[in-house]
Amino acid sequence: MEYRQHRLDNGLNILAECNPQAYTSAFGFFVRTGARDETSEISGVSHFLEHMVFKGTPNRSAAQVNLELDEMGSSSNARTGEESTIYHAAVLPEFQGQVVELLSDIMRPSLRVDDFETEKQVIIEEIKMYDDQPPYGGYERMMLEFFGNHPLGQSVLGTVESVSGLTPDSMMSYFKERYSPSNICFAGAGKIDFDQLVEDLDKHCGEWTPSFPERSTQPADYQQGFVSMHKPNSHQQYILQMAAGPSSEQETRFAAAVMNSIIGDDSGSRLYWEFLDSGLAESAGMGGYDYQGSGATMSFICCSPEQAQENLGRLTKLQQTIRSEGFTQKELDLAKRKIASHIVLASERTNSRMFSIGSQWLSEESFKTVAEIAAIYESVTLDQIHEALASFPLDQNMTVTVGPCENLVTPY
Amino acid sequence: MEQQIFHHTYENGITLVAQPMPWLESAAFSISVPAGCRYDARSQLGIANFACEMVQRGCGSLNSREFIEALESLGVDYSSSASLYNTNFGGAMQAAQLHDALKIYADVLRRPAFPEDQLEDGRLVCFQEIAALGDDLAQRALQKLRTNFYGSVDGRNCEGTLETVQSLTLDDIKRFYDRHYRPNGLIIACAGKLNFESLQSHVGELFHDWQPKPEPEVSNAPSTHGVEHIEYESEQTHIAIAYPGVPYSHENYYLNRGAIGVLSGGMSSRLFTEVREKRGLCYTVFASCHTLKDKGAVLCYSGTTNERAQETLDVIIAELQKLAHGIKEDELRRLKVQIRSGMVMQQESCRGRAGSIAGDWFHLDRVRTLDEVNQKINELTVESINEYLAANPPQSFDIVTLGPQPLEFEANGISATQA
Repeated sequence: MEYRQHRLDNGLNILAECNPQAYTSAFGFFVRTGARDETSEISGVSHFLEHMVFKGTPNRSAAQVNLELDEMGSSSNARTGEESTIYHAAVLPEFQGQVVELLSDIMRPSLRVDDFETEKQVIIEEIKMYDDQPPYGGYERMMLEFFGNHPLGQSVLGTVESVSGLTPDSMMSYFKERYSPSNICFAGAGKIDFDQLVEDLDKHCGEWTPSFPERSTQPADYQQGFVSMHKPNSHQQYILQMAAGPSSEQETRFAAAVMNSIIGDDSGSRLYWEFLDSGLAESAGMGGYDYQGSGATMSFICCSPEQAQENLGRLTKLQQTIRSEGFTQKELDLAKRKIASHIVLASERTNSRMFSIGSQWLSEESFKTVAEIAAIYESVTLDQIHEALASFPLDQNMTVTVGPCENLVTPY
Repeated sequence: MEQQIFHHTYENGITLVAQPMPWLESAAFSISVPAGCRYDARSQLGIANFACEMVQRGCGSLNSREFIEALESLGVDYSSSASLYNTNFGGAMQAAQLHDALKIYADVLRRPAFPEDQLEDGRLVCFQEIAALGDDLAQRALQKLRTNFYGSVDGRNCEGTLETVQSLTLDDIKRFYDRHYRPNGLIIACAGKLNFESLQSHVGELFHDWQPKPEPEVSNAPSTHGVEHIEYESEQTHIAIAYPGVPYSHENYYLNRGAIGVLSGGMSSRLFTEVREKRGLCYTVFASCHTLKDKGAVLCYSGTTNERAQETLDVIIAELQKLAHGIKEDELRRLKVQIRSGMVMQQESCRGRAGSIAGDWFHLDRVRTLDEVNQKINELTVESINEYLAANPPQSFDIVTLGPQPLEFEANGISATQA
């Protein structure tokens, strides 16, 4: 296993974990742009652009892009979040040159008007699809309420109205500003010829012009409150709760991740024993969302409407108990054991390694090996977790609930 | 990459099947117990699922909490579920823990405690699983379609109903367990960094003295063919379509699989191109091969806004009908690379392989090696697939739609009462 790194003259970063024993190779462009970099007039443009990237370039039609990805037998996709847009493909190693050329080419899309209008319909269908799926816009509402006016409160998908109003021109100017080589990392993992990779990327991307985009990473002013969204034909009640958490730069995030596992892992956690083993909820969990400059911890419960008020009370009581009594060494040991096992399982997939490398660059511009990451989690102490708990109190939160209940009240 | 499959069938009928993957540091198991929901009595729907829940609420010397803690201290990422034929228990972990994890599952399968005080919590968990289906509109449409297409036994979902689950007693569950948790027909599949010889002797020690039980009979219920609409106030109309396919064990399986791959195997596939890329009608559209032991289906799904649902349905039906006229050389070429690539990628996951070899053993009583599948794929020709399609054109569609308005079918040559 060898870790290699190179930066092109125009600022494009290339990172790879080269494993000559691997049977596959995974590659991805990680662009540091997402919903937080949008203004309200162009809400949804990052995600729409992600779709348009597959719709052709001066060298290829949309159909050709799809054909070629399939011809390589690639497993490819893309995703857009609050602060990143990622394009990735896994292939057999023999296709390295071909897939790198294709990915590089589509990163300079044409944004043709016909394709733009057709794809707009697909985006609207995607928005409508999520409208039919739990928690029915509850997550977007949570981000908006919790982050308030901070850019992290902006929706990734946008709305039917905002997406309908987008034009190829507004998308192109967003693209030119944000898809600067200095704002992009190319990550690879698996069986990779790194020297060839650098040569190819220099050839395909070396001419990209840098634009030095900026991002405001000012910490958010986290909001507290209780919001009820009425959804009469939902069968279940969905409860989301967000509290402050470490940002992606803070070292506390590792201790916080272990704490999240103790409290909210899908098995054997505090929430598991309180809500899932007892059958009081269909699902319950807690996880961290770390961003540049800000962070959050979100708890989630899905249960019958009749059980919702009581479960809200139970969640509050559980948080109070945790605050007054803390955690036990046994809980810490079990959580660390579980995390260590997950790290080993994930490290065996080249795709998951590629994501890990690219995501680390996005948040901290550094790289940690699997062994280094495992060692950090292993070193987490009970004191560190208790410090994380004290720094980010769970009972100072925003609660959003969605479902048939009309009269739920805050348990505080 | 060399692929070796080992298997051993013990005297009591348990089959151990394993694939060593020495390049990994992890290992996984997948246990299939022949106690699926097709054995649920009509008045006891949901009992296989409830039994699956209860055997994990205390077993051997472990109580409910100690059981979970034992798995967690081994770092086992575990799962369980009841399916039509089998109740499945699976886990993935660091390779050194595999034997200890299997020892815990020997207790689950052979020595469940069925503690009285866990019954109501277990029942609530089963209720939650029923409730979860209510808000999953795509699954509701597909589930109703499977029930219509396969009949109310082979097409059932394992969760049962609130009424039947409410009526189940601990004695009912114990009786179900006594009858259906048995070594004969049980498959233990393992994959990852493992040594087959020591695994075989370990599994033998854990299970050799478990006595076989008689195999229960099940008779299926008739299908309900035709078109059904479920009225629901939703943003999208959910369209689910089924027509007869072939089971995994059938000699024509890969011919049908090839045809469906052309229809829905990638971003250049016909459905994706015609429904989404050219017309922008939906975000999700797919067709897939679904298999039971003795029969199969092709299942299609799309979700689309209500005012565009009719056009979406029409385009999908047209593409299905067009498939009968055959596929082209370049389509098959792309499909072959995709399948080959997918097989290699599966070799990175011991969990995926354990599940896959368990499935092979269940359907075929053997495992198709990668070489064998590769050969079958390479042997596919445009002529052989087109011959198959001409003889078995997509037709006799059963359809379930879920949304505010029913759709029109007459123009597509589908009658609402079609048999």
